[in-house]
Amino acid sequence: MVLSTVLLLILPLLLAVPLVVPLAGRRWAGPALYGLSFLVCVSLLVLAVAALIAAGQGGVQGGAHLITLPIGIPWIGANFRLDGLSAFFLIVVNLGGAGASLFAIDYGRHEQAPHRVLPFYPLFLAAMNLVVLANDAFVFVFSWELMSVASWFLVVAHHRDPDNRRAGLVYLVMAVLSTQLLIIAYALLSDFGAHLDFETLRLLKPSPLVARMVVVAAVLGAGAKAGLVPLHVWLPLAHPAAPSHVSALMSGVMTKVAIYGLVRILFELNGPPEWQWGAGILALGGVTAVMGVLYALMQHDLKCLLAYHTVENIGIIAIGIGLALAFMANGLGLGAALALTAALFHVLNHSLFKSLLFLGAGAVQTATGERDLEKLGGLIRGMPLTAFCFLIGSAAISALPPLNGFVSEWLVLQAILISPEMPQWSLKFLVPLVGAGLALSAALAAACFVKAFGIAFLGRPRSKAAELAVEGGRFALVAMFALVGACVLAGVLPGFVVDALAPVVDGLVGARLPDQASQPWLTLVATTPERSSYNGLILILFIGLSSSFTAFGIHRLASRRTRAAPAWGCGYPYSSPVTQYSAGSLVQPIRRVFASVVFGATEIVDMPRPGELRPARIELSLNDPVWTMIYWPVVAVVHGAAGFVNRLRDLSIRQYLSLVYAVLILLLVVLALWQ
Amino acid sequence: MIENLILQGFQVLLVLVVAPALVGIVRLVKARMLGRRGPGLFQPYRDLNRLLHKEVVIAHNASWLFHVVPYIVFSSIWVAAALVPTYAVGLIFSWSADIIVIIGLLGTARFFLALAGLDIGTAFGGIGTSREMMIASLAEPAMLMIVFTLSLLAQSTQLSSIAHHIMTVDVGLRVSSGLAFLGLIMVAIAENGRIPVDNPDTHLELTMVHEAMILEYSGRHLALIELASALKLTLYLSMLACLFMPWGMADGQMTPLPLAIGVGTYLLKLGFGGVALGLFEVTIAKMRVFRVSDYLNFALMLGLLAALLLFVSRSF
Amino acid sequence: MPHLHGLAFDVAHMLAGGMVTVSFMLLFQDRLFALIQFISLHAFVLALALGWQALMQNAEHLYATAALALLFKALLIPLALRRLVRRLHIERSVEPVVGVGVTMLFGICLMGLSIVVTLPLAVKSPLMWEDLSFALAVVMLGLLIMITRRNPVGQIIGLLSLDNGIMLAAAGARGMPFLIELSIAFSALMALIVFGVSLTHIAKILDTVDVQTLDRFRGDA
Repeated sequence: MVLSTVLLLILPLLLAVPLVVPLAGRRWAGPALYGLSFLVCVSLLVLAVAALIAAGQGGVQGGAHLITLPIGIPWIGANFRLDGLSAFFLIVVNLGGAGASLFAIDYGRHEQAPHRVLPFYPLFLAAMNLVVLANDAFVFVFSWELMSVASWFLVVAHHRDPDNRRAGLVYLVMAVLSTQLLIIAYALLSDFGAHLDFETLRLLKPSPLVARMVVVAAVLGAGAKAGLVPLHVWLPLAHPAAPSHVSALMSGVMTKVAIYGLVRILFELNGPPEWQWGAGILALGGVTAVMGVLYALMQHDLKCLLAYHTVENIGIIAIGIGLALAFMANGLGLGAALALTAALFHVLNHSLFKSLLFLGAGAVQTATGERDLEKLGGLIRGMPLTAFCFLIGSAAISALPPLNGFVSEWLVLQAILISPEMPQWSLKFLVPLVGAGLALSAALAAACFVKAFGIAFLGRPRSKAAELAVEGGRFALVAMFALVGACVLAGVLPGFVVDALAPVVDGLVGARLPDQASQPWLTLVATTPERSSYNGLILILFIGLSSSFTAFGIHRLASRRTRAAPAWGCGYPYSSPVTQYSAGSLVQPIRRVFASVVFGATEIVDMPRPGELRPARIELSLNDPVWTMIYWPVVAVVHGAAGFVNRLRDLSIRQYLSLVYAVLILLLVVLALWQ
Repeated sequence: MIENLILQGFQVLLVLVVAPALVGIVRLVKARMLGRRGPGLFQPYRDLNRLLHKEVVIAHNASWLFHVVPYIVFSSIWVAAALVPTYAVGLIFSWSADIIVIIGLLGTARFFLALAGLDIGTAFGGIGTSREMMIASLAEPAMLMIVFTLSLLAQSTQLSSIAHHIMTVDVGLRVSSGLAFLGLIMVAIAENGRIPVDNPDTHLELTMVHEAMILEYSGRHLALIELASALKLTLYLSMLACLFMPWGMADGQMTPLPLAIGVGTYLLKLGFGGVALGLFEVTIAKMRVFRVSDYLNFALMLGLLAALLLFVSRSF
Repeated sequence: MPHLHGLAFDVAHMLAGGMVTVSFMLLFQDRLFALIQFISLHAFVLALALGWQALMQNAEHLYATAALALLFKALLIPLALRRLVRRLHIERSVEPVVGVGVTMLFGICLMGLSIVVTLPLAVKSPLMWEDLSFALAVVMLGLLIMITRRNPVGQIIGLLSLDNGIMLAAAGARGMPFLIELSIAFSALMALIVFGVSLTHIAKILDTVDVQTLDRFRGDA
């Protein structure tokens, strides 16, 4: 029943697509559509929570609903399934969807090209919902492609900007690559299309060689969508190009749908894992986490920074998934459960705070018309509420206790700390290195968000627009505050999330973490209380109590006098706002320490001699190793091949015919040899 | 229950009370080594009292964040320091934070202090924030490797469990613990902004990190931040004492005698740490900012090496 | 190899691990006098390790080796090097070829490699495995020190630490003839003398001892 209701709820989103096309120009069309999307998302959210709870009570099989619709491929129909994993990702999708839709009721008014955004928004939402519900390869790939196409249209909505057109091109190429690889993965899994529906696939055990090929294809295919280095190149171009509420969906939700595809294939459809899969994903995740945050640090565009930072978080999730596979292959159920719980928890967390931060960036863009950090500053005075939301989001994403980002990173670290139980020496060496990389990326993330928040919201305004900025609409603020509330709740009461994830994890790895609800003081326990535990609730209570007592005591007993005066600044006179630290200079030490190795960053300082009249200049050049080492060579090869094929254009009819004839003969020979 | 709460409450107050004295010891030792008489052990208390009763001077354009940051920083470091075992293991709330959470809480304090450095929009705040975040990003991986080694040794990340393990189980002579000890000291020096990484006594723009961030603070706000940094120093010394020389801490029975021994040995350890720090600081010069990366890389390497050596000796 | 237990094993482990650690310190250090002090410490730890092995294995010849290591490597050679540096006015800071961070990461990888390479021994005799893997790491790190220093004194120090690694391996592997150990020890001494003499000449002729400047004088161009 639940599943059919869910599908019925998705239907209005699909129906809205043709309806909204002729009406997109009307003033009320945007709010009405976003209002509808919000209502649908909230209802789906409620249903998904109910389904997840039911999955917890009724065991894995008891909670799963199946439906086959008579559309799609005739002999199997279109299969849908709602189990614990789908329900969890349904929550992630619709939580982000509800937040973005609510925000867009206000934000959508400022859209210059509503007819290029409105029709594709509900399509995008519906497609993401369908991917996590799909129960056969055809529906999965079809919905996946629908999701790609809808988001592509949203990316190129503002196509007059050449940067957006380039983003659209790169995104299209990478999306096609991703789908192709997934099709290959499913082709291998389903014995070249013999068994497309997942219920049959679950029972089949592919041979080790096929399984390994599936892992490679799935990791690359889903990884390209999620943004694993080096397949991330489209993400920081495409995510900022779309309108902000869509960016929030793409970064916060669509990358998670890709993670869903990966988890579904690796843990369920592809037979028992081998530790090498885990090691590979683990290494990839470690590189992704560190590279992602280093990229983010170098950005001066607020939305680009957020998009690059998504890459880092995908890396952390991949670390969790890799560890879970490695533990599972070694028969260490508890470790696998811990690592997978950590990964899924981080999926939820990242969808919360990344949506929140993108919405905040959208509010800033609406208020000032700027995304460039070097032109912002001092927004906390004009937009105190948005600033508060962005601050909480920044603290959460920087993995600071007692917020939610810390909990999932803590769980990943706990999984890393029990990894020496695994017998493989390469894992013994690899995991501590990945752990150090994870710690590095967490610290750099804090630096990155000190920069993002500090430069945009603090200090003195660096432009007129930033000085005059005021708060946006009421719906936008409600959306952001709701996400702030979710971030704090998930951080303070993580036990409930872990308990809700337990049946999902149990279904995938066959083990679960200790029951959290029964722990004293609602403490979060990773494996055993002797080994490690964490209590966000007590921490937040203590911090709140001690800071309010201190403030009260000092104001009562000591002094409460305050005097406003010009800034001190070691006695230098109050000078122009451009003398403040800028986004570039704030990260200069980090750039010098890390980026000179990774990005070959070089600074050329041209300092005129005393008496010369020309200005001093500093030039910074960065070199993205992924583009120079992988993509540009590929582009060059494709160009070369295209140039070669170009020559075939000027042949005569007879030559064309003989060419076709030769190919035909070649194919026949291949066929003969094949048999 | 009440008894447990009292013991925990005692620790909460203990760290707060001894923290300024620790700073006093370090300053006194440094002064004596330089041939001065020094201001005496209790000068930090007098300083704090004086600052608390002064009026606060705040820049015209300070935001609400600037006003609340001192309280956030102070309370998160205080909570962290109160949860590190000092005179007894297994206090009632010690389970709410393991060593990773303690590091995280210090990270929270640093995050907000760094933001406060940017709030007024002067160049000095920016320079402090910028350098502080670089040092933190180098220190954190090193710290994690040390945690990794300790958790390999004691099968736990709870400070209480590790201390208990070291006191009760014969851990033998391990080069790894020595390396982890050295690494933790190096990280502690960097995190507390002591010489050779930063100099807590200067206001010279080229050398300061922590002092530059808090340059705009005055009065009670400055007092809280000063007290917080004293607490942070106490926290790291307590952590070193609890992880590597837990002897004397009360464990199990919380009767007056073990508790008195625990408090006594804790104060002795702190005093010893303070004297050692003072001696170390007068014998070494501050390094250039960009040498800090080599310094902390060495700490990271010590941590990695400790883990590797432990793998080998553990595998049979 | 007699099986060591408890404290005996712990001390052996600590000393061998200590040597690896000192090797890393050598890799990190970029001032000449500090380097010389550390190589002295390196040899001192080696002497302790050899002495401990001698005590545990009841092998008298190892005492002699330990004494030799202490006398020559911990005292005489560092003293000679110190004099050489003073007399030739070699620059006090050694400019490494690549960054310290990268070198150290590479060193850690080498350490991991030596552990894995000697892994087959773990099944036969875990103690020998540990001993050999540490010794191999010291040798590899010595080579690394040699190739990452431009200064010839730095290179000599790399060679010496490499030699110490070989001695450590010899101490663990029972039955290494005394004569061979002796010849290894003296080979290092001879190398030092050759280095010293040629350095003095080079410094006299070229006014520098940076090895890279020698490239200009290669005959095969």
